Amino acid sequence: MSETIELEIPARAEYLSLARLVVTAAARIDPMFGDERIEDLRLVVSEATTNAIEAHVRHTSADNVIIRCNLRDDRIEVLVRDRGGGFDPLAVGRGDEAGDAGRFEHEGGFGLPLMQSLADESEIQATNEGGTDVRLVVKARTTKDTADNRRPS
Amino acid sequence: MGDWTVVSMTGEIDLATAPQLRQEVVRVTSGGILRLALDLTGVDFMDSIGLGVIVGALKRMRAHGGELVVVCDEPRVLDLLRLTDLDRILTLRPSLDAVVS
Repeated sequence: MSETIELEIPARAEYLSLARLVVTAAARIDPMFGDERIEDLRLVVSEATTNAIEAHVRHTSADNVIIRCNLRDDRIEVLVRDRGGGFDPLAVGRGDEAGDAGRFEHEGGFGLPLMQSLADESEIQATNEGGTDVRLVVKARTTKDTADNRRPS
Repeated sequence: MGDWTVVSMTGEIDLATAPQLRQEVVRVTSGGILRLALDLTGVDFMDSIGLGVIVGALKRMRAHGGELVVVCDEPRVLDLLRLTDLDRILTLRPSLDAVVS
């Protein structure tokens, strides 16, 4: 089984909750997804879509953000595509590289480590159109599921 | 709440709603208060944008020797604070009553 759902949203913060709602509702179609995995999915989609919206705003792009979900037997694959000039993953994640003191001095930088920690797979790629594709896979049953081993290293 | 100033938020904290919380934190801390309780007991979803607001509040309070307590009993929000190690630098309480006591 493989089913695709695609959502296009204006690059405005007000649409973020709609993106979370649609993706988590899609995952709930598969009864294998428990509440904990749905909540992980909600968070990683929020992070990726936030980055996309911010990239569009930064580059004053009028294009929509695309969110595509591919639902398979044991997983949901989510692609978040921005067409707003992309974002620099190193810049977004810089707080995490600065050690505890630096990270907490900087008020951002939590998003990428969270995505990497909670998604079973995460990949960020520049697109030919100058934007960014963020591909996330959340499995119905993860191998990285306990709270203790979830702290980003 | 004695000498504690309380800022409460309910619902979701994300890119759309965080500015409202940030503005309120800036407004109440501008007066140089010494004790701020950030009440998140009514928050059912928060992403990294919300974490940024909390870190910002902590910095503002520490800048003048003040104290910040985050009040939270929602497991998912607590999980997020643990995942990002913020639980190690924040003072967390499960209720406003626990802040006073």
